[in-house]
Amino acid sequence: MNSTAKTGTADDALFDQLGPRARARLRTVSIIATVVLLAVVTGMLIALGASGQLDPDRWAILVDGDYLGFLATGLGLTLVVGLVSTALSVILGVLLALGRISRSRWLRLPCAGLIEFFRAMPLLLILFFIMFAMPMLGLRLPTFWQLVLAIVAHASAIFAEIVRAGILSIGSGQSEAGKAIGLRHREVMGLIVLPQATRALTPALITQMVRTIKESSLGYVVGLSELLNNGKILSEFTGNFIQSFIGVGLFYIIVNIVLSRVAERLTSRVGKHA
Amino acid sequence: MFGSYGEDLLAGFGETVLVTVTAFPIAFVIGIVLAVFRISPVRPLRIAGRLYVDVVRNSPLLLIVVLLIFGLPDAGLLLPLFWCFVLGLGGYFGAYVCETVCSGIRIVDRGQIEAARAIGLPFRRVLTDVLLPQALRAMVQPLGTILINTALGSALGAAVGISELTLETRSFNLDTAQPVLAFLTAACGYLAINLLVSLGVRLLERKARVLR
Repeated sequence: MNSTAKTGTADDALFDQLGPRARARLRTVSIIATVVLLAVVTGMLIALGASGQLDPDRWAILVDGDYLGFLATGLGLTLVVGLVSTALSVILGVLLALGRISRSRWLRLPCAGLIEFFRAMPLLLILFFIMFAMPMLGLRLPTFWQLVLAIVAHASAIFAEIVRAGILSIGSGQSEAGKAIGLRHREVMGLIVLPQATRALTPALITQMVRTIKESSLGYVVGLSELLNNGKILSEFTGNFIQSFIGVGLFYIIVNIVLSRVAERLTSRVGKHA
Repeated sequence: MFGSYGEDLLAGFGETVLVTVTAFPIAFVIGIVLAVFRISPVRPLRIAGRLYVDVVRNSPLLLIVVLLIFGLPDAGLLLPLFWCFVLGLGGYFGAYVCETVCSGIRIVDRGQIEAARAIGLPFRRVLTDVLLPQALRAMVQPLGTILINTALGSALGAAVGISELTLETRSFNLDTAQPVLAFLTAACGYLAINLLVSLGVRLLERKARVLR
């Protein structure tokens, strides 16, 4: 068991509590790992430095008020696209999910078909269809709505499946009990199943927001001045590609991590009530 | 009408498959390494794994792809476009593989591990006979989903000039002015990939099912 102790964490069922020798060995391994990780980071920095990418002038674009303001405007539009697409895709997703579990075959089959089709399509293909094929068929949308429509088509199919899983996770005993006391199907859904599913789905709402914010980066393709597209313009204007895109990345990561933390907190709160 | 344009579409489909089957193994290896980092008791490795997953999962795939394609040459590393793109895809989905592997391991009931240790199984056999068979079975379906998502993500190649299915569809549409035909054909291509992977997953799951 000596070799197991080496890799054991004290709180894990796999391992015993670490003894003094194993703890000393773990400390050595930790130090070696830190040195190796630092060496990798240093290596990358040296490579960047050798090609002049660490020049402070290049990074100065990320503290320049005008440039930052330009990126922030992009972030604003990214958030608008994210919010609008989330709202629309959530509404559409719930409707599709309800259609898919409906008792009428004429509702069930088309909804299932739509969900499965759009889940299997890449977002960019849907976007290209809206950008290049729909104008040929006589429908030209403004770029904002081209992007939002593509995201909604894709994201609502994904959300529909999340909702359906949420509804199915409410035990069938619940809806059977509702039927037993004489409620109609609609009442069972509206009074018993959906309120419980909604509570379970609150965190999924925020995950959906993170998803649509990430997908809104396809504004880069339609030429909508959201965050990534503004980053591209900044990179071409200043010639500092790495710095611009890392700056853009920081914006995305901060916004999304804040949202994810909120989702995690909600999950644990929902878990406690359930 | 389909003629040579049709061949372009087929070549695009081939490229999509090629990108997918190159990127997925990269994602798989990165994901396994990250998962080992994250469940290891070595603190710095755990932090590094967590940092990677947090950064990558919260960035748009297109950003990562663009950063590699424009950034690597600036950093003095000249790679062909194809490899920049495949590395971006692999690095991105690697974070998701890591999450899948970690939660697959967490799915196994702790009581089982305690029981295995109580009857005196050595560490290696706890892993190979109790933990991994159950964890791997739980991973099959989500890994299949990641493979499908890699194929869908490969469509972003169209935004950076990789002539895969989505880009070929766009040119087919512009060349022939047959939007419905162009996009329906492409849709069939992606549906085929989807069905094939789902089928494979179902077969694997049946194989991995335990009779209780």
